[in-house]
Amino acid sequence: MTGDMNSQTKPVTGNIADSATRDGPLLKVENVCLYFHASNGVVRAVEDVSFELNRGRSLAIIGESGCGKTSLARALLRLLPRNVETYTGRVFLDGTDLMKLSEERFRRNVRWVKISMVSQAAMNSLNPVLKVGDQVAEPLLLDHRLDKRKALERAREVFRIVGVPAAFLDRYAFELSGGMRQRAIIAMALVANPTLVILDEPTSALDVLTQANIMNALKKIKQELGLNFILITHDIATSSELADEVLCMYAGQLVEYNKAEQFYREPFHPYAQKLMASVPTLRIHKKPDFIAGHPPSLLNPPEGCRFAARCPKRFERCQEEPALFAYRDAAVKCWLYQQG
Amino acid sequence: MEDNTLLAVKDLRTWFELKRWGFIHAGFVRAVDGVTFQIALGEAVTIVGESGSGKTTLLRTILGLAQPTSGEITFDGRRMDGQKAQDLVWLRSHVGFVQQDPYGALAPFMTVSRILKEPLAINKVDESEHEQRIRAVMDEVRLIPVEDFLNKYPHMLSGGQQQRVVIARAMILRPKLIVADEPVSMLDASVRVEVLELIRRIQKAHNLSVIYITHDLSSVRYFSERVFVMYAAKLVEKTDVGQVVQNPLHPYTQALLNAIPDPDPENVTRFRDIPPGEPPSLITPPTGCHFHPRCPRIIRGVCDVEDPPEFEPAPGHFVECWLYK
Ligand SMILES: Nc1ncnc2c1ncn2[C@@H]1O[C@H](COP(=O)(O)OP(=O)(O)OP(=O)(O)O)[C@@H](O)[C@H]1O
Ligand SMILES: Nc1ncnc2c1ncn2[C@@H]1O[C@H](COP(=O)(O)OP(=O)(O)OP(=O)(O)O)[C@@H](O)[C@H]1O
Ligand SMILES: [Mg+2]
Ligand SMILES: [Mg+2]
Repeated sequence: MTGDMNSQTKPVTGNIADSATRDGPLLKVENVCLYFHASNGVVRAVEDVSFELNRGRSLAIIGESGCGKTSLARALLRLLPRNVETYTGRVFLDGTDLMKLSEERFRRNVRWVKISMVSQAAMNSLNPVLKVGDQVAEPLLLDHRLDKRKALERAREVFRIVGVPAAFLDRYAFELSGGMRQRAIIAMALVANPTLVILDEPTSALDVLTQANIMNALKKIKQELGLNFILITHDIATSSELADEVLCMYAGQLVEYNKAEQFYREPFHPYAQKLMASVPTLRIHKKPDFIAGHPPSLLNPPEGCRFAARCPKRFERCQEEPALFAYRDAAVKCWLYQQG
Repeated sequence: MEDNTLLAVKDLRTWFELKRWGFIHAGFVRAVDGVTFQIALGEAVTIVGESGSGKTTLLRTILGLAQPTSGEITFDGRRMDGQKAQDLVWLRSHVGFVQQDPYGALAPFMTVSRILKEPLAINKVDESEHEQRIRAVMDEVRLIPVEDFLNKYPHMLSGGQQQRVVIARAMILRPKLIVADEPVSMLDASVRVEVLELIRRIQKAHNLSVIYITHDLSSVRYFSERVFVMYAAKLVEKTDVGQVVQNPLHPYTQALLNAIPDPDPENVTRFRDIPPGEPPSLITPPTGCHFHPRCPRIIRGVCDVEDPPEFEPAPGHFVECWLYK
C-alpha cells in the first residue's frame, strides 16, 4: 500500500503486478465451487465457474434471484459464511493465486486494497453512531495503513469523486438520503484505491433518478480512474450501463460469458435469450415475455442441462450436461454450440 | 367517461401533523397535496413517482387507512371521505389491496388455504362457500394443481408464487378495483412479466379497474391504459401510456424517462441527462412549482413564485407546468 494516495489521480496498479504478469488477465477464475451446508442437504450455490477478465474491462454478473451471484462474489473475496461445505478452485488476481494466500496476507494485501466490495443492502448497514466520514476512512486505518488525518483527507477526495458534498463527512448515516448513503458506501469501496471493485445490487433499492445519477458517477469513475468493476444485478437494463463483458448464471452455473456488444443485442444461450425477452423496454416497442416454470433447487439439481426443463430448444442431447463451448468470442454452456 | 367512473378523487390532501414532544405542533408532512383524477370501470392506471413522493399515502387515503385533510373521494357513486365505519367496510369489500413488499405481506405461520380463508371469514361469507371460492381463485391465479399449494407455507413458495397468493387474497372477495403497491419491484424481470400478465388477464376477464403504483415505468407500460406521474405530493402529468412515452410534457416526466435504461451495449459510453439534486422536503416544500429547484426549463419569476394549475395542451393530456399555459 502506498502512502501518498491523496496526490494520485491514477490508481496504483503496479503495486502487486510486475510487468510480466501485467500482460495476463487481471482476474482469472478457474473451476470455482462454493457449496453450503443446509438442514436438508448441500446447496450448490456456485458450481465449477471459470472465466477471465482483462485489464480495463468491467463485468456484469446477471441472473435470476438465487442463482448464485452473491455467492460467486463471496468466493472471489473469500468472504465465506460459517456453513461452507466445499470451497475449491483457483482465483488469480494479477497472477497471484488468492486462494493460496494465508488469511492474514489476504486481509492485509488484497481485501479492500486490491479488491473491494459493496455488499447487497450495504447502505442499511452503516453504523448509526459513527460519522459517515470516519466510516469511509476506516479501510485506511486498518493495520495502520494511514494516519487518521491523511485517511480523512482521502475520504474527502473519494466523496468528491462519487458526488457527496464534503460537509456530509461529519454527518451520521440517518441524516443522509438513501442515494447519498449508497454513494458513501461506494466511496468506502474506493477509498483504498483498489484495482477491482465488486458492486452487489448497488442501486436496486433506489428509485430511477437516483439510480441514474449513481450510474453516471460510476461510469465517470470507470473512465477517469480506469477501475475494473464487477456489477452484480438481476436488472438487465441496469447491467448494460457498466458492462464490457457479461457473465450470465443459471442455477449455480455459468451459462454464458460474452462481450456486452454481442450479449445485449443477441445472446446465445437459450436461457439468456428468454431472460432478455422478459426485460421490459421503454423505447423499443416489444411486449415482454416470461419464462414459464421456475429454476431447479440447488439442493438436488437435475442431471444434464439445468435449463432443459424450461428450454424451448431442448433436444435429446440435453439429458447430458453440456460443456462450456467456445462460440464467436463467447463461451456458452449449451449443446447447440458444440462445433463439428 | 362520466357514467363509467368508478373512482373519483377531487383536490385531495393528506397532511400528517408533526408534533414535538408529542404535543407541540411542529408543522405538517404534506404527503398528498391537491390530487384530482378519475378512473373508469375496467381501466388500469399506473401511478409512477420517486420514493417518498406520496404514492402509498394516496392509496392508503383512498382505502380509508389514512385520513384525508381535505378533498373528496367518490367510489362507485358513494362519498367515502367521511370515514364512516360502515362505508369503510363496504369499500374494503370492493377493493383488493396488493401491498408493497410481497415477502412481508404473507404471515409465515399460515398456510395458503388459511391465508385465503381469512378475508372470507372477516367478511362473513357463508362457511359452505369457502372451499369452492378458495379453489376458484387459486385456479384463476394459476396456483395449480390446487392440492399442491393449499397446505404450503409462504417460505416454500418462490417469489412469483408468493405474489400470486397475495393477488389471490386481493381477488377472493371479487372486488371492482385492485390497487397494487409496487406489486413486482422485488421480483425478477421474467417473474414480473408473469405477475403483470396475470393481473391483466383477471382485469380483462372481470372488467376490473386496477391502480398500479411503481417507480419503474418500463415494466407497467404494457399493462395499463393511463399513467399519472407523481412528484412531491402532486400529480404533475396525467395521460395515456403511449403519450407519456412518446410525448412527455412535464420536465420531471422527461427526466424520469431519460433515467430509465433499456438494455443496450451503447449505454456504457453514454451519460444520462439527469437533473441534479433531490426531491424537496414535504414539510417545507418550495414555493411555486415543487420541481422548480431542479428544473432545466425553469421560467424565473413564474415557476418559483406560483404553483402551476392544471393545463390541458392536448385532449386528455393534463400537465401542471407553466410551460403549457
Ligand atoms: N450461507 C448460506 N447457507 C445456505 N445457503 C445459502 C447461503 N447463502 C446463499 N445460499 C443459497 O445459495 C443460493 C444462491 O444464493 P445467492 O445469494 O448467491 O444468490 P443471488 O444470485 O445473489 O440471489 P439474489 O439476486 O436474490 O441476491 C440460494 O439458493 C441461497 O438460498
Ligand atoms: N403516518 C405518517 N406520518 C408522518 N409522515 C408520513 C406518514 N406516512 C408517510 N409519511 C411521509 O409522507 C411522505 C410520502 O410517503 P409515501 O410512503 O406515501 O411515499 P411513496 O411514494 O409510497 O414512497 P416509496 O416509493 O418509497 O414507497 C414521506 O415523506 C413519508 O415519510
Ligand atoms: Mg445476491
Ligand atoms: Mg410506497
